[in-house]
Parts: sequence; C-alpha cells; structure tokens
Amino acid sequence: MKKILKSTLAIVAVFAAFTSCNNSGKSSNSGALSSNNAEKVYVAPGEHDSHYAFISGGYSGNLTVYGLPSGRMFKEIPVFSQFPTNGYGYSEETKPMLETSYGFVPWDDSHHPDISQTKGKLDGRWIFINGNNTPRIARISLTTFETEEIIEVPNSAGNHSSSFITENTEYVVAGTRFSVPIPQKDIAIKDYKGNFKGALSFISVDPEHGHMDIKFQVLMPGFNYDLSHPGRGKSHGWFFFTTYNTEEANSLLEVNASQNDKDFIAAINWKKIEEYVNNGGGTMMPANYAHNVYDDNTHTATSTMKKEVRVVNPSEVPGAVYLIPTPKSPHGCDVDPSGEYIVGNGKLSANLTVHSFTKMLDAIKNEKFAGDAYGIPILNFEDVLAGSVEQPGLGPLHTEFDGKGNAYTTFFISSEVVKWKLGTWEVIDRKPTYYSVGHLTIPGGNSAEPFGKYMFAMNKITKDRYLPTGPEMEHSAQLYDISGDKMELLLDFPTHGEPHYAAAIPAEIIKNNSRKIFKLTENEHPKKALSDADTKVVRDGKNVHIYMTMIRSHFSPDNIEGVKVGDKVFFHITNLEQDFDVPHGFAMIGARNAELLIAPGQTRTLTWEPEKVGVWPFYCTDFCSALHQEMQGYVRVSPASSDIELSWSLGE
Amino acid sequence: MIIGSLLLLGLFKFPLWNIMLGAPQYPDPLGMNIYIQGIKGVQEFDLQNIDGLNHYIGMKTIPKAEDMWEFSVFPKVILGMATLGVVIGLLGYFEKLSYKYFLGWFLLMSVLGILGMYDFNNWLIDYGSNLDPHAIIKVTNPDGTPMSYKPPLLGFQKLLNFDVTSLPHIGGYLMFIGMALTLIAFWIGRKASLQKT
Repeated sequence: MKKILKSTLAIVAVFAAFTSCNNSGKSSNSGALSSNNAEKVYVAPGEHDSHYAFISGGYSGNLTVYGLPSGRMFKEIPVFSQFPTNGYGYSEETKPMLETSYGFVPWDDSHHPDISQTKGKLDGRWIFINGNNTPRIARISLTTFETEEIIEVPNSAGNHSSSFITENTEYVVAGTRFSVPIPQKDIAIKDYKGNFKGALSFISVDPEHGHMDIKFQVLMPGFNYDLSHPGRGKSHGWFFFTTYNTEEANSLLEVNASQNDKDFIAAINWKKIEEYVNNGGGTMMPANYAHNVYDDNTHTATSTMKKEVRVVNPSEVPGAVYLIPTPKSPHGCDVDPSGEYIVGNGKLSANLTVHSFTKMLDAIKNEKFAGDAYGIPILNFEDVLAGSVEQPGLGPLHTEFDGKGNAYTTFFISSEVVKWKLGTWEVIDRKPTYYSVGHLTIPGGNSAEPFGKYMFAMNKITKDRYLPTGPEMEHSAQLYDISGDKMELLLDFPTHGEPHYAAAIPAEIIKNNSRKIFKLTENEHPKKALSDADTKVVRDGKNVHIYMTMIRSHFSPDNIEGVKVGDKVFFHITNLEQDFDVPHGFAMIGARNAELLIAPGQTRTLTWEPEKVGVWPFYCTDFCSALHQEMQGYVRVSPASSDIELSWSLGE
Repeated sequence: MIIGSLLLLGLFKFPLWNIMLGAPQYPDPLGMNIYIQGIKGVQEFDLQNIDGLNHYIGMKTIPKAEDMWEFSVFPKVILGMATLGVVIGLLGYFEKLSYKYFLGWFLLMSVLGILGMYDFNNWLIDYGSNLDPHAIIKVTNPDGTPMSYKPPLLGFQKLLNFDVTSLPHIGGYLMFIGMALTLIAFWIGRKASLQKT
C-alpha cells in the first residue's frame, strides 16, 4: 500500500512538473495555439477527410465509419446485429448472415476491427471484426462497405483475442477468452482446472475472394486469452497472445485470477503448425458451426453448417508453442513495426514489459526453460525481456506505434496516453484522456508501416464531456496530433456504441474503390424484375410472390389484389436506378419486421403476413425525388374464403 | 490539305459535341457525347439517368442511333469529304489541280457544317419543346407559354435546376483544326502561285 502511495505521489509530482511546464509554454500564445488546433481538424464543407476510421460498436454489434481529423460519423455498417434502418437481418436475403449453431442470433458484442494487409501494409480490401459473445468473425468489404461473410468459431467462448490479421492476410486469428470443456460436456464447474481448454483459431483467408475457412485450432491450457497480435517482419510466422487467469480459477476471478505475479504471453509458431497440418497433422473433430456468405451478384446470403474442425494439441508439434512470463494479467499484446518488440500491457502492473523476439529465439535455441505448463515450455522472464518502461502510469492496456520509433500506450486507471521510446524505454510525453481510456488507434499503427500523423483514444467513461443525455451516454474519443515531439489534443468527439478498438487508414487507399451502384446487368437474384414486363404476382399455395420494381417515382405494380388473410406475402423488389445515391425504401403498414432500403441495382425481399381484411398501403421511405410522396401503392387483402383472382397493375 | 482532311476522320473516334448537365444533386454532372454515329453517355449510365429525369418534364428519350437518319448519313458525308480532300490535296501537290480547289473544299465543308449545325439545332428545339402533354411537371414562361428545355447549341444555359454546358468535343476541334489547315493550304498555295507570276 505504501508503495502504491509513493508511486502515485511520484506520478503526481511528475504531472505537476509537466503541467506547469506546459502552462508556461502555452500562456504566451494560447490564442494562436487554440486557433491552430481548430484549423487542424477543420474540414471545409464539401472537402473530404484525409483518413477513414472504422470504430467497433461494442454492444451495438456493428462497425461505424468516421472521418479524421473531423471526427464526423459517415455510416454505421450492420455486422452482427439486425439493423431496421436498412432491413439487414430482416430481409430474406440478409437473414442467413445471422445464423449460428445456436440458431438465429441477431446481436453481438463487436470488438476489434483489423484491415487486411499485404506485406505488412494496409491494403484496404477488407476489414475483419470479431463477435465476442457468440464467437464469430466477420469480413466486411471496403468497396461495398457491407458485411460479406461471417464464420462462427466452434470450441470458443468469448471470442476476445480476435480478429487480428497476419502480414499477408494469410490468417485472421480468433482466440477464446473463456476456456471451456472441449468438446462441451456436462461436468462440475469446480473441475475447471486441467479439464477446460482454450481454443486459438487460425482462419485462412482466400487471397482473391477473402473467403474464410478454419484451418486449425490450437487447444491451449485453460487460461483466458485476452488479446493477440501477429509477428511481422522478422517475427512473421509467429502469433502472440496475452493470457490472464493462469491460476485457472473458475470463480471470483477479480481476486482469484490476480494472484500470480506473472501470467503469460503465449508465442505460437503458426508456420510450424501450418506445415504440420498441411502434412495431415492434427485431428478432425466433430463440430457444428455456421458459415454465412453474401454474394454481391445474387444480392443474397447463404448459410451452411460445417460439421468438423481440425484441432491441434501443442504437445503434438514440439517447438511450436512457448509461454513468456509477463507481469500481472496483461491485456494488450502489441508488436512493433519491426517485429522485434512484443509489448505486454500488464494491466495491474506499474511497469510496462517489453519482450525481445531475438532474445526469445535465443532462449528457445539454448533450451533455457523455467519449467512447463501442461507440457508447454515456459521461458525465463529475464531471458526474454528487452526492457521495461518504469512507472509510466497506472493500468496499461494497449500500445500502438508511429513508425518513428515511438510507442503510445493507454493507461486506463490514470486515464492518459503515454508516449515512450522503443529501445531506450524513456517516457517522452503524456496527455490525459477523458476518461478511462481503453484502446487507442494510429492509422496503420499495428502494421509494419504506420501513418503516424494522428492518434485517437477511445474512452470508456464520458461523464461531463458533452451536453448530458440522461444516464446513458455515448462514449467519448479524443484525437491527438502526434506529428511533433509532444502529443497535442485536437478534438473530442462522441462514438457510437462502445468502441473497443478501431482501425484507420489514409482515405486515398480506399475511397476510389467505393461502389456507387450495383449494375442491373450483373444482378443474378432469382426473383429479380428488370422491367415492367418482368413484374408479376405468383401464388404458390399460401405463399404469394410479388415481383416488383421501383424507380423514381413509382412502384410497379402498385395495385395488387387477390391476396388473402393467412397468406404469406413476399415482396421481391428490384431498384431499377443506376444512379449514385438513389436508394429507395419500402415500408408496408403493420409489417412486423422492418422496412427495406434497396440500393440501385439491388433486389431485396420483405415478408408480410396480412391478418386483416382491407386495402393496405405501402410506400417509399427514402426521400428519393420530388415525387417521393407519390411513390406509394395498395394491396387489397380479402377474406381467406374469397375467390378473387390475383391481379396487379400500374397506371390503369 | 491532306492532313487537314484526314483530321476529319477523328470524328469516327472522338465525339463531335458534348453537353454536360450539372445540378445541386449532380455535383458530378451527367453528360452526353454526340458522335457522328450516335449519342453516348459520358459515364456508363448517364443517358439512362438523363432520360429518367426528363420523364418528369415530359421530354422524349434521347434517340438511339437507328432512330435518326443523321447518324447514318453523317458518317458517309464525313468519309466522302475526307476522301475528296485527300484527292484534291494529292492532285494539288502534283500540281494537276489549282490551289483554288482547296478553298472550294473548305467552302463546301463549311456549308455542310452549317447545314449540320442547323439540323442539330432543329433537333434540340424539338427535343426541348415537343413535350408530353401529360408531363408530371409543367413549367411555363411568364407569358404563359410552355417553357422550352432546349439545351444551348453552344455555351451555357440554366434550365430549371440544371446548368447546361454545350461545347465542341475532341472530334469537333479536330474538324475545326483540319478545316483551318485546308485554309492555310489554300493560302500557301496562293502565295506560291503569286511568287511564280
């Protein structure tokens, strides 16, 4: 206790020194400085931001798109959650995206987005994000900005140390937070120790289409796997995972999982395991997990259940897995751009531990082990240690890099970002965050080539930063200019949901690839209608299929009769526009699912089960044109016993 | 003279004329390129989108190549004039033909060009003012007559929310340069013959 008091006092003293220093520097020209900051984030009307930021939505289950430096939000991309705004997860085409082995799961907790890479550099083709609750990994296209694929991760529970990309997007890696019985079985919880396992999944990514497939799962001891990062450059081929609860406690973890002085960073030589697996190694184990793929041409997702997964026990591949002792329940596990330094952000530690990849290889070569855990060699802390940043702050969580030899670490408890130098481990600067920062992001800051101009910190607590909005508030983020020696706070902006992490990229890498429309000539939807001649209404027992088109400013057909109470009506609607930014909406009175927003050239299907006799209107929800309000129609619903034939018309 | 008339052939590759339509909702303007063989959109879906907007004010759709006799006759005329020009040029070069024929070609081409412009303008008038009586939006001039949506033949005009700019395109400029070259050829020929005498 005394020690903590002392170090806190020391930090306060350091703070005082810094703040007084800053004040004296600022007081002479504070006016000029602040106006300078305003200019740095001002993006004039009609101008574009220089960077995209993709910020995870946490419990919203989605991903939001922001511009930097303005902090303006451009879009919310639905990923794991139903989204009535455009009908994602409600339309027949998109419902399969949310299928899992647990059935239809229309929400999740999305955490860590990561952009695809080529040779360690952001290539801006796709962005991946993990669903933490019902373990899933999603791939989102950065041309359509839509979720294209979701794969469920079996044997995982709390998909947290995910989704991180190897330097040529060979794999997207998903590690489990909770260890569980593998396979699941009915056993006493107190039998956790030794019986539960943690699955670390290596999901291969097809270089052309991005399609994901679980190549293998490494079944690790029953620790909790918190975060992970790939090696790069010299350490390419390795993957590093932080662990906590190496005590293997199953209750009151806040105490029982905080007992060991050191937990581990698990270092996994995935190239070695890949080779083993390619030669037929590992065991195919029965499993059940969903693989959902969306096709841009059919505008439709399909869900298939996969029935087996390849698992590998570390003991089968000697020399592939090692444990590096790392102080106090490390959270972030971050590798510098050169691939030499592995930063373990021990969240209960006063110091920041940095391991050396070269020293790790030496220790392995010399077989200098401190023991083993379930047969996995444990290296000596001192043998692998590159250095530590002494008393930089309280509660280090996550570190990124600027590509100029500096690292930036967030400190949750002391609510600040600290800039320090790789190699000398000296603290260069510190700036407060508002409040209790989780992750931070530098564009490309976890790649081989960071774009070290901006850094933003994503906070967990908002309190008084904005106009109050009741007990529930959006979280706050701060943007800093990191181009100089000292970080400079530029902007404070609210973020949607609970951002756990973000990935950012210079706009020019992706903005010219953004799709404007879907071509009707490429539309392969089986229920499309490309002209008035294709429109029709077809009865198939109780199912009524309406093939409809929409164009400024009418639906075709817009008068439909012959539908009966008890029918299930499918509106298959094609937007005939081929003009940028002219979506149309479709809303049916009393629809118990959602409206649809249909992009130019796209076909979408809404189901409606009429329960009442009458004449019921539908209309366009997207203010598409001067005659938008006229874009409407009627469905006549007759009693179930009626013998009115189906008929449809437009303009009669 | 030969180069000048050969430049006419550029019209088979490049548009003669271009009309761009910008509006608040169209920061990237819609546009049509007018070739001697037909009308094409500047971007893939521009014609479709122009037609889509024009249906509100009752304009006819932009004609396809087969809908207008001009698009089959113009290429023949241009090919004929180019050939004639080359022949005159060759004969002139070997001094079988007087340089005055160069001027004759230029004048013939100018007359044909003006006729072409006249015809084009007539089409623009018809396209812009021959409107569907059931048009969704009917706008009248202050004197009560229906407003014409005729795009300008040359230059800029404001039509409702659209800024319309109509200018020659590469093919047109090549044609003008070519015609100018034939004039220069005439002038050089004249100078040469004056020196001889």
